[in-house]
Amino acid sequence: MRSSLPASAGDTADAAPAMGEQETIVALSTPAGVGAIGIVRMSGPGAAALGSVIFRPATGLELGSGEAGRLRYGHAVDPETSVVLDEVLAVLLKAPATYTREDVVEVHCHGGPAAQRGVLQTLIRLGARPAEPGEFTKRAYLNGRIDLAQAESVAAIVKARSASALRASVRQLSGGLSTRIVAIRAKLVGALAQVEAGIDFSEEDLDELDRDGMLEQLLLTAGEIEDLLRTALLGRALEQGVRTAIIGRPNVGKSSLLNALLMRERAIVSEIPGTTRDTVEDLVEIAGIPLHLVDTAGLRASDDVVERLGIERSREASRDADLVLAVFDMSSPPGPEDSEVLAGVDPDRAIIVANKLDLAEGGADQARDQARDQARDQARDQTPEHARDQARDQTPEHARDSEIDLDIDHGEALEPDPVLQRARRSLAPLLEATGVSPDRWRVRAVSSLTGQGLESLRETIELIAVGDHGVDLDEPMLATERQRLLVDESLAALNSACEGLASAKPDELIAEDVRMAARSLGRITGEELVPDLIDEIFRRFCIGK
Amino acid sequence: MAETTTYDVVVVGAGHAGCEAALAAARMGVRTALVTLSVDKIALMPCNPAVGGVGKGQLTREIDALGGEQGRNTDRAFVQIKMLNTSKGPAVRALRAQADKRLYEDWMKVTLFSTPGLEVIQGEVASLDVSRETVRGLLLADGRRVRARSVVLAAGTFLRGRVVVGQRTYAAGRVGELPATLLSASLERYGVELGRFQSATPPRVDGRTIDRAGMILQPGDAGSLGFSHWERPRPRTQLPCYLTHTTARVHDVVAEYLDLSPIKTGSVSGRGPRYCPSIDRKVINFPDRDRHPIFVEPEGARTHEMYLQGLTTSLPVFVQEKIIQATPGLERARLVRPGYAVEYDYIVPQGLSSALGVRVVDGLYSAGQVNGTSGYEEAAAQGLMAGCNAALYALGQEPLTLRRDQAYIGVLIDDLVTKGVDEPYRMFTSRAEHRLLLRHDNAAERLSEIGHSLGLISDEQLGRVHAESALLERAADLLDSTRLRGGERTDELLESLGTSRLTESQTAAQVLKRPQVSFRDLVQMIEGPAAEWLAGLPGDVVDRLAVRAQYDGYIQRQLAEIGRLKATETTSIPDDIDYRALEGITVEAKDKLSRMRPMTLGQASRIAGVSPADVSVLMLYIHRIRASQTSRTEGGAAAGGVRSGRPS
Repeated sequence: MRSSLPASAGDTADAAPAMGEQETIVALSTPAGVGAIGIVRMSGPGAAALGSVIFRPATGLELGSGEAGRLRYGHAVDPETSVVLDEVLAVLLKAPATYTREDVVEVHCHGGPAAQRGVLQTLIRLGARPAEPGEFTKRAYLNGRIDLAQAESVAAIVKARSASALRASVRQLSGGLSTRIVAIRAKLVGALAQVEAGIDFSEEDLDELDRDGMLEQLLLTAGEIEDLLRTALLGRALEQGVRTAIIGRPNVGKSSLLNALLMRERAIVSEIPGTTRDTVEDLVEIAGIPLHLVDTAGLRASDDVVERLGIERSREASRDADLVLAVFDMSSPPGPEDSEVLAGVDPDRAIIVANKLDLAEGGADQARDQARDQARDQARDQTPEHARDQARDQTPEHARDSEIDLDIDHGEALEPDPVLQRARRSLAPLLEATGVSPDRWRVRAVSSLTGQGLESLRETIELIAVGDHGVDLDEPMLATERQRLLVDESLAALNSACEGLASAKPDELIAEDVRMAARSLGRITGEELVPDLIDEIFRRFCIGK
Repeated sequence: MAETTTYDVVVVGAGHAGCEAALAAARMGVRTALVTLSVDKIALMPCNPAVGGVGKGQLTREIDALGGEQGRNTDRAFVQIKMLNTSKGPAVRALRAQADKRLYEDWMKVTLFSTPGLEVIQGEVASLDVSRETVRGLLLADGRRVRARSVVLAAGTFLRGRVVVGQRTYAAGRVGELPATLLSASLERYGVELGRFQSATPPRVDGRTIDRAGMILQPGDAGSLGFSHWERPRPRTQLPCYLTHTTARVHDVVAEYLDLSPIKTGSVSGRGPRYCPSIDRKVINFPDRDRHPIFVEPEGARTHEMYLQGLTTSLPVFVQEKIIQATPGLERARLVRPGYAVEYDYIVPQGLSSALGVRVVDGLYSAGQVNGTSGYEEAAAQGLMAGCNAALYALGQEPLTLRRDQAYIGVLIDDLVTKGVDEPYRMFTSRAEHRLLLRHDNAAERLSEIGHSLGLISDEQLGRVHAESALLERAADLLDSTRLRGGERTDELLESLGTSRLTESQTAAQVLKRPQVSFRDLVQMIEGPAAEWLAGLPGDVVDRLAVRAQYDGYIQRQLAEIGRLKATETTSIPDDIDYRALEGITVEAKDKLSRMRPMTLGQASRIAGVSPADVSVLMLYIHRIRASQTSRTEGGAAAGGVRSGRPS
């Protein structure tokens, strides 16, 4: 309450030093040629505190304890959800003996780009600000770390980084994305013009603001912004792969499932240096979506993650994953170990794969026929492309019939498929034991051997990875963190405006939120609000006294 | 006037800008003269008879808080006053007063002539006296020389002014008044860039010939509203305004004679304001509208002239008569003064510093409509600032500028000097990104300290502001520390107001945040002496407590943003910086920066064509210059054994 004093607006200027930097900045800096290790670097007065909030030491040695500048081993953890983000080495470097002469924390991530980004985003959510291009260097300079003679080159560095960042964002923005953002922003400016005209020209003969109409309009626009954010998720998925965990008891057929999925697809080789630390199989493409397989090594080595690494490891993998394939063997009744598998798995990100359908009761005859057909097809043409095409074209009628209704929005209770119903029945005790309504679990029945049900599984994978939002993969997508944050900010402000409209907040506060929403988008496209707003007011309203 | 007198400040023009400039300078204790074409034409309101409005009213309050005259003068002269936007929140509320024009002029003239150290001189300025890029004074057309350390140009629409009515056009600053024809050439000679705008005013009719019964009565607000924080206005009987509308017939008349409109004939070429279109323009641009509002406003208590707000036009006079007679309620109205347009030179404001100094001539300042603005309030605000800065210049002191988060005046001047104008500039609240902070109700708290430091606000006045703030704080503390617990009476009251019961105890301040709960309701829920004390608080304190409760989160957000931008906003750029020598800045940015010469990094960042990267590079260079200067200073200071203070 105190600090909201009107007078403090006038007093603010004198308190801080002219050049002082109050904010803690954070950025991802992956040194070229270092491979999978990405460093999340943070600098500023809050760096030490934020670092210790996110870092959970494995050895009891806290960040900054003991000898100065010592790397500590542990985990980066989201303090709000306690989710482990990555296995990391972290170090606190105390001011002034650092590059920026501020407290610096470095978090060395090992889990690839997705994990690095998770750490970065968590720090931003906790209060750090994404660094501007060249800002670490700028701070180093401003804090006297770099001497005057180096000023010219510092300017050049800042300039060059800004230029390359600019080029990158221009590239991302060229085409459809920019058009989309511009169009959404224009709607916001249009809505704002209605509110602002009522404020600035209340003496004119304008109609009262139609708050219900405005709410409806803004909710629609909020929906469009949400779509935009979904493309951000997709953009990230396509860039880095969807983190995928295949889990299950030993010998349920996890690798044969993977192989079966891959047989119809082409494994892709990552061409991005430093994005994978393991072999190319880490990144596979299924249904056009790159999947970043977690613990593939384990899968390859023994077909048996649980056996080798223990159930604990499997759980950790599934917690971090964007997509979980939980595999169960239909040829034998579920045992007590099976019930452990689903513990802690989020049903919205998981697919229950009822495998070995061919060996399961009642599925055997069907599967045998199919296996024979497929063997014949494959003998005719061995190239994988052909195999894939033909698998699509020549799926036997009965197999197609057994495909599952993919429309999850309608719920799976309506599904007509007897095979699937049988699978559900046999898994029912397991699903019920999870405490989540069994209907919320997506179950797909497949046979890795015959290929039965794989098409349906593939489409479900796509559904979870991309979402059922009608996102066209050819549409341009939000890519950078800055863009995403700005769109996020815009959406939050717009939601606040909608709440305000519903709860009778005064017009000027509605305007405040819509302004913020429009300004955030304008910062992506580089458009200035006030001139556009005033043009819009005069375009829409006859104002004149 | 003795031949040898040298004034500290000479103000040219006695309109709203000129009067404020002259008063501010004289009150700051410097020797001041005000030069006007006619001593009979002081503080005229050549267009609408009103002061204030949304955005503009806040400017007038700020002028008052800084020790200016417009608010006080309006309070003496108004015939009607009302608070606008009362259905909205406090940040966008504003006063608007209908003034008795003649009374307004008279009061201002009395004030000018009773201010010590201020002389009024009648004469036309023929040219500026400038040598070595520094102003030395003025030459009047009658041959007199006026010597001055600084000059404030507040020439309004008089520079090469030209009046247009229908196809008739002649040189004039306003209808029937001589223009200043010589001064433009003098300014151009010293490199001041000029542009051309136009503005227009509606016809006035005889109030005895209008049919009031056919129009909607628009009364003022009862109570004791006034602009000035320092004096309560004397109570008076208010005069109403009336509202009527144009009809399809009116639009037909306009359409029929559109060929004669200066818009069509091209006899007016300068750009006019979009927010004040002529009726000709409205008919062209909004063909679907079947009516436009016309406000009929009294021009004073001792005249029958009525101003027809909304009927601005420079169509030939016989067409104006036809338009008026086609308007409901004005069928038999007699035209007193025809409407007309005026075209004039303005000084391109990007050529000005934030102190409103003309960059190419030291000691020369300009203010008001001549800077490309419109409106009495915008003019007076600039006049006050230019007058102060001319006086500070004469005294050899640092200039005064206000920030965008501090005052609408700051927004106004920053917009002018960094963005320029492509139509006459009028203040809208939507131009202020920190609108929630720049309120009518807190103008004195925001600015009277600054007015006091200039000598424009007395110790007694400042003491009052401090006492009010202290009272507000005490009340806010009390609301913060008073806990309300659910109870029969409280819960019943809350439910009757349409809000929920208290499930757990809350502070009174938290309960006041509920939009349904008024301060009066809140007091009823509090017990004991606190309730009594709170109930006795003056109305403006109560209003401001409600503001805090309502805006809290939003104000926090604006303050956070201001804090974030502070480093940039407050970093001043050295006057002698050579942008062309800077590496790492785009050619476009170099060009813009060299031309506009922003005073702070914040201003630089608002110039179109200067990117955030350019600003970053600029910041590095400034820091380098500072650091090298500081190390020199420290070296010197250390030798003398004196600790160096903070650089100014």
